[in-house]
Amino acid sequence: MELQQFLSEVWIARNALIAGLGNTLAISALAIVAGTLLGILVGLAATYGHAALRVITRLYTDFLRGTPVFVLILACFYILSVIGVQLTAFQAGTFALALFCSSHVGEILRGALQAIPKGQVEAAKSIGLTFPQTFLHVLMPQALRQILPTWVNVATEIVKGSTLLSIIGVVELLLAVQQVIARNFMSLEFFFLAGFLYFLINFALERLGRYLERKVALPT
Amino acid sequence: MSEPLLKIENLHKRFGEIEVLKGVDLAMNKGEVVSIIGSSGSGKTTLLRCINMLEDYDDGIIAIDGETIGYRLDGGRRVRRREKEIALQRAMTGMAFQQFNLFPHMTALKNVMLGLTKVKGMDKSEAEALAERWLERVGLLDRRHHYPGQLSGGQQQRVAIARAIAMAPKLMLFDEVTSALDPELVNEVLNVVRGLADDGMTMLLVTHEMQFAHDVSSAVVFMHEGRIGEQGAPAEMFRQPKTERLADFLRNAKF
Amino acid sequence: MDYNFNFGVVWRNFDLLLSGLALGLGLALVSIAIGCVIGLALAFGMVSRNRLLRALASIYVTAIRNTPILVIILFAYFALPQLGVRLGKIESFVASLAIYAGAYLTEVFRAGLVALPAGLREAGLAIGLTEMQARRYLTLPVMLRNVLPSLSNNFISLFKDTSLAAAIAVPELTFYARKINVESFRVIETWLVASLLYVLTCYVIAALLRQAERRLAIPA
Repeated sequence: MELQQFLSEVWIARNALIAGLGNTLAISALAIVAGTLLGILVGLAATYGHAALRVITRLYTDFLRGTPVFVLILACFYILSVIGVQLTAFQAGTFALALFCSSHVGEILRGALQAIPKGQVEAAKSIGLTFPQTFLHVLMPQALRQILPTWVNVATEIVKGSTLLSIIGVVELLLAVQQVIARNFMSLEFFFLAGFLYFLINFALERLGRYLERKVALPT
Repeated sequence: MSEPLLKIENLHKRFGEIEVLKGVDLAMNKGEVVSIIGSSGSGKTTLLRCINMLEDYDDGIIAIDGETIGYRLDGGRRVRRREKEIALQRAMTGMAFQQFNLFPHMTALKNVMLGLTKVKGMDKSEAEALAERWLERVGLLDRRHHYPGQLSGGQQQRVAIARAIAMAPKLMLFDEVTSALDPELVNEVLNVVRGLADDGMTMLLVTHEMQFAHDVSSAVVFMHEGRIGEQGAPAEMFRQPKTERLADFLRNAKF
Repeated sequence: MDYNFNFGVVWRNFDLLLSGLALGLGLALVSIAIGCVIGLALAFGMVSRNRLLRALASIYVTAIRNTPILVIILFAYFALPQLGVRLGKIESFVASLAIYAGAYLTEVFRAGLVALPAGLREAGLAIGLTEMQARRYLTLPVMLRNVLPSLSNNFISLFKDTSLAAAIAVPELTFYARKINVESFRVIETWLVASLLYVLTCYVIAALLRQAERRLAIPA
């Protein structure tokens, strides 16, 4: 029976698949965390920086958002080694995803910060808060709530984008699956398995995001 | 006496658990102008929407010129008519809405022409001439190439009335046509409605303008909690209400 | 860093890059056209009263949106033949991208339909239009104008996703960039030019589409 054969093939390949899944999760988590931290800096610079800094961040985000992720990954992979930064394919690819993530986080954070009414800053000033205090206690808590849903979308884009590392030879889930297919030729079943696993990761992310949204939602 | 133009018998309408119309009977002859008054939630608007089949109704009969609207009786069973039939029946009645509901992507002229070409099958030049005649009638011929977004609320409502009237309906329904308007724009719309009444158009209006209802109507209907509370000639209704409820309502209404 | 810039080889192959760019644009155009048809049909499914239709449409949207596009591309190219469906490289890529776009566009159109005032359709019915006529002359034209900005964003995303066609050797911009990179080792020059071509094209598309949005906008 075909299902039985498929399940036994999955069992045979279990170690390779689990290792690939582990890599996918590691790449995604690293890129999302690093990209978000960098993105917060970008967003701050784009909102509160001097004119020159704002222009630079504008160019940074426009360039990274206008370039396909795949091109970013290839460029990082090839260019970094030429300019003497020796990174593994795993590191270069994750770096590219983090850059991509930072440009999107920077942009949505800028939007959220700018959407906060000016009166908030004035009210904070009038009770004697310094700008760093205002930012930390008044602006950031509002902005983070605001960007949460979009941020989850960016995170799922990163998980999906991690598949592109397979093309520069990183054995993440998709390449692991392709290697299994090369052995047993069950492309239909195993691509389905891959799709299903990615779906599960993203679905879990989405649920987590919804949960967080509810948790931090302001009562109305 | 001849068959009434509009005949409603024992009309019932539910929204889920809530019964909005609890058995309404109403008859209107050709050329009559009837105003429906009553507090919000009394079922006035729902009644109008049922007559135009924008809402299905659950029980009873609505008939125009002897033709049952939305449903036909098949051996005692109510059978919903086909969409195409219902569409044609809707064209027998014209409706002007509280929110105007002009088509935002069409000029005033195109708004009036759409039904003429697509429902009545007129050719373009004929429809255009007719549409222009009605726009002129509501005083907006010079605005015929304007889009709804470029017109004031009062002007939009006049175009909406022209759009409905141009279809030559047997009965015009007006659903609080001045409620969404700024006070200074109310009269231009009421004047158009008054003009149509003078022409002998059969009209059923839901309105909060008591003075207008008094002046223009041949009969007034007071609705209360899904039923008709009282009806009669405007002079009697407004001066000597028979029920405490109508008296209460009139005390709180503006004239 | 001792790297001598030399754009010679990139300029000599510039017409190749441009032909790749044109192919990418063509792929994106055909995909979004098919994607719009899928998206419209499913969006009406999602707002219909029929439960089965609603369920099917939302399963499609959720599944496709959470699956990496590369998995869909590889599936269509390598696994479909196992089912007896043999498509060429370009056909299978367009099919993948259109299916992917269809899921995103369903959401766009659904949101557009839900946002329309109920009075628009009702006023059409009131003058005697049938449901189909009201849809054709009122709901669709107004909704399409309203969602035009989202459509533009989706088109730009799709254009960037055409870079993935390189993964199955469709000769678009990224494919040629990789080729020049491998053959000449002018790594930085190649990827810089390729990225800039993408970024500039995105800018131009965005500007053109904004122009179109303004021209089609309903006067107010």
